[in-house]
Amino acid sequence: MDLKSEKSGKALVVRVEGELDLSTAAEFRVQVDADLDRLGARDLVLDFTRVTFVDSSGLGAILGRYKRVTEGGGRVALCGVSDHVRRLLEISGVMRVLLTFPSVPEALRALGPMQTAVGGERS
Amino acid sequence: MNWMRLELPARPENAALVRVAVGALASQLDFTLADIEEIRVAVSEAFSNAVLHAYPLGTPGSDGTAGGRGGEETGTVTVEGRLLGEVLEVSVADRGAGIADLDKARQPGYSTRPDRMGLGFVFMESFMDEVSVRTAPGSGTRVVMRKRAGGVRETGSSTGVAGAAGGR
Repeated sequence: MDLKSEKSGKALVVRVEGELDLSTAAEFRVQVDADLDRLGARDLVLDFTRVTFVDSSGLGAILGRYKRVTEGGGRVALCGVSDHVRRLLEISGVMRVLLTFPSVPEALRALGPMQTAVGGERS
Repeated sequence: MNWMRLELPARPENAALVRVAVGALASQLDFTLADIEEIRVAVSEAFSNAVLHAYPLGTPGSDGTAGGRGGEETGTVTVEGRLLGEVLEVSVADRGAGIADLDKARQPGYSTRPDRMGLGFVFMESFMDEVSVRTAPGSGTRVVMRKRAGGVRETGSSTGVAGAAGGR
């Protein structure tokens, strides 16, 4: 697995490449958390376009980041998921809590309005 | 009948090796690519369970292999695959701790480890036609899964464990 992070507005965009399973979930968790801290990001956009495999260990790592980011008032978007990964998200119920988008630009556009509306009307 | 047998240490990095081997065996039957992805997930879950639960840190397997995870010695997992006509049968067996309460272990969202989501058996059962488990505390666990090629697609229902415990 390979991770590349960059900041866009208040979001950390992480491009994930490879397999997210028991052997890589811990690295994913540690590196994404470190990048969230280092770059001071509020929202998290995960680009899964180049992810070739996910299982329950991978889902656990995604959901763990979701909890962390939402506790800090941020949002998490998952982009470019394959039909296969989508099915895992649906079966596990994770689909109901995560925002999914076809691509990173679409995710950033959707997250955008809230980024400028600081102290806005979000209930 | 074609078959394979892999014996390997219960180390996280071997999950990928097991997926590749079983996926390649499955591709000899008339499975769709989506089927093979599902088989890869089911096998990954069974193997990951052996790594996480069968040989917790420091406990030896009943076959005499040492316990422990990370860079240390650990117990052995035996993965077997068989092509029985149009059916793939995969067996994942360990000689580790066994499962104390199998009914609970198979419940969606249940895990003995608070950092886990309890989805392993959910995915095995969603993606394979048949999953059977034999386990005995102290002597090990054997999961046998079958899936028929060219079969009717089942739609998995949401178990909704996302709001429950788990996830690091």
